[in-house]
Amino acid sequence: MTSDITLHHYLLVSGLLFALGILGVIVRRNALVIFMALEMNLNAANLALIAFSKYNQIVDGQVLVFFIIAIAAAEVAVGLAIIVALFRRKQTVSVSELNSMRL
Amino acid sequence: MSVHDTLFWFFSIAMLLCGVLVIVHRNPVNSAMCLVLLFVFMAGLFLLLDAIFLAVIQILVYAGAVMVLFLFVLMLLDIKASERRRILWWGLVGGLGVAAALVWELATILRQPLPLRAAMSESFSAGLKDVIRPLFLNYMLPFEITALLLLVAMVGVVLLSKKDLR
Repeated sequence: MTSDITLHHYLLVSGLLFALGILGVIVRRNALVIFMALEMNLNAANLALIAFSKYNQIVDGQVLVFFIIAIAAAEVAVGLAIIVALFRRKQTVSVSELNSMRL
Repeated sequence: MSVHDTLFWFFSIAMLLCGVLVIVHRNPVNSAMCLVLLFVFMAGLFLLLDAIFLAVIQILVYAGAVMVLFLFVLMLLDIKASERRRILWWGLVGGLGVAAALVWELATILRQPLPLRAAMSESFSAGLKDVIRPLFLNYMLPFEITALLLLVAMVGVVLLSKKDLR
């Protein structure tokens, strides 16, 4: 099966998704949406890793992505717990109102 | 244009559109729903790259577990859709600037001709066995450390969700 899709296409899609994630982190002020944008960043990295894995015909990239997904699941659990604790304390998830490090 | 190419364009364009919608939607629940769609399209791209195992994991862990966690917290916190506030102009300009710089940098790098072989169309068998085997041979220690880290995360979450943090 011949295909015109090269590594460049996948890297470009991955880079665009990463840029979108960065844009979301900077522009949005809802902590939960910022967190979702961070997940988009992680996924962009995963896509680049898998594309390189196929390009080089080495499976190690996919193993790394497996680890990243496991770490991301742990990170989401801890991050959401922190957001819930913050909401209990301050009654808001807007990062422009969460401007103090004190509890 | 082969089926593979058509699917690639469909998945990537739909995925980027979902990414835009995640950022643009005012209601966080709609953002979360678009994020689920984004993860599903990403799993489609993984399938195109012959990463069958990771496509399944992506659906199970990301579109399943992680997004359920997000939606659960969204319902728990009962956040109203953020009202139409004035847009932070410096934030928008700064964010667009950073994103544009990233894309520009990437475009300049990708314009240089890499020694591209036709590897992307060669088939590459990376089934369950091929991905799992190095996990228990070469990557045994990181695998165990990940297990420990998941335990630490669980304990941390339980501690963080206690009523009084002190």
